[in-house]
Amino acid sequence: MIEQEAPAASAVPRKRGRAIVVTSGKGGVGKTTTTANLGAALGASGASVVLVDADVGLRNLDIVLGLEARVRHHVLDVLEGSATLDDALVTDKRVPTLRLLAAAQTREKDEVDTAAFRDLIASLRDRFDYVLIDCPAGIEKGFANAIVGADEAIVVCTPEVSAVRDADRVVGLLGDGRSVKLIVNRLRPALVRKGKMLSVDDVNAILRLPLLGVIADAPDVIVSTNKGEPVALDAASPVGEAYRLIAQRVAGTLTGEPEIPRERTFFEKLFGSLR
Amino acid sequence: MFEFIQRFFGKPASSETAKERLRLVLLSDHLSLAPDVVESLKHDLIEVISRYVDVDAANCDVSFEQQEAAVAMLANIPILGMRTRPTPPAPPPDPPTPPTAPPNSGRGKRRRRRASPAGANIAAPAPPPAPAPGAPGFSPV
Ligand SMILES: Nc1ncnc2c1ncn2[C@@H]1O[C@H](COP(=O)(O)OP(=O)(O)OP(=O)(O)O)[C@@H](O)[C@H]1O
Ligand SMILES: [Mg+2]
Repeated sequence: MIEQEAPAASAVPRKRGRAIVVTSGKGGVGKTTTTANLGAALGASGASVVLVDADVGLRNLDIVLGLEARVRHHVLDVLEGSATLDDALVTDKRVPTLRLLAAAQTREKDEVDTAAFRDLIASLRDRFDYVLIDCPAGIEKGFANAIVGADEAIVVCTPEVSAVRDADRVVGLLGDGRSVKLIVNRLRPALVRKGKMLSVDDVNAILRLPLLGVIADAPDVIVSTNKGEPVALDAASPVGEAYRLIAQRVAGTLTGEPEIPRERTFFEKLFGSLR
Repeated sequence: MFEFIQRFFGKPASSETAKERLRLVLLSDHLSLAPDVVESLKHDLIEVISRYVDVDAANCDVSFEQQEAAVAMLANIPILGMRTRPTPPAPPPDPPTPPTAPPNSGRGKRRRRRASPAGANIAAPAPPPAPAPGAPGFSPV
């Protein structure tokens, strides 16, 4: 089904890459943002990375990465044989070891065959160090497809009741066979201090997952998404730094408790708003 | 301490409200995802009550309901009559083996973690008055 035709690729010894699905249950909590930034940070550190957009019908990953104008083929083209994998992979302009396999925008999740998707992920693992899969919201077929080829999962959760509830459900559905880790996204330290937002500990008292990192709710993320430039590549951004640390934790080169974002001082705010 | 201060000023932090709501909603989620656990609980419950009174085992109903401040277990166990022999004083020391239900099955497929943190907090208010046709004057000994 999936050709392994690229002569250059088949000449190199097969890798045994890691397939990691980024999921959440609830929509809009930051799966796509996390996939793009984790991928960019891993890629920038020298690893070969492919990002697979499994959100068929609502593709976003290309936009967040700023690669939308260069997508020619998508996952379903590859699965259906109308394009080769190499035709469909888009190479990032900033990080040459980072590639994107876009989702089909005009198709539906139910059209993706689960077994074929699993085979696709398996063949990508032969070629890349990391296969990051951007999971759609929900727990239906799109979710089943996104997780089928992944033996690791990153659950993204915001400090909100509904997000934690859905994350808890997703953790149950991911089953015991996968390593599951947590990223808390959109934390607002000032609100936590005032008792107006769940803290990271509150969230993880319920989910009880190994914590990869915590991302603040930050304008940097929105600005970088506007530009199509992953904030993880912005050396000056604290959120970018947080993503880079997460990438190191994923790679296993960093251990110990992750940092919790702190409130910015007055001067940092002033400086930040000038950037 | 923090909570005390919050109380003192009369306004619970909304994150406390969020935590409590989460605890309750997850408790009822987990119960509804673990039908086998509920089934074996129902089985044991009937067994214990049967030591004292005759119950209509076929028409027992045990369910859980999320209420305002707790998840309540509602048990409707029709009683047919007093046991002819008085209650056995203490149940024979049962071997502490768990009931027959398989540890984890079904779609919920919970979880490497053990019992949910909230699991210990099932509030069980008085069950709705069970129709007890044949036992008007049951008094606990
Ligand atoms: N840490 C953050 N700070 C500020 N904004 C954020 C942050 N993370 C995500 N966002 C914004 O939240 C929105 C949703 O993010 P994203 O698309 O990554 O979520 P998603 O989980 O992939 O959504 P969907 O379920 O629709 O696929 C985007 O506009 C994104 O820019
Ligand atoms: Mg998304």
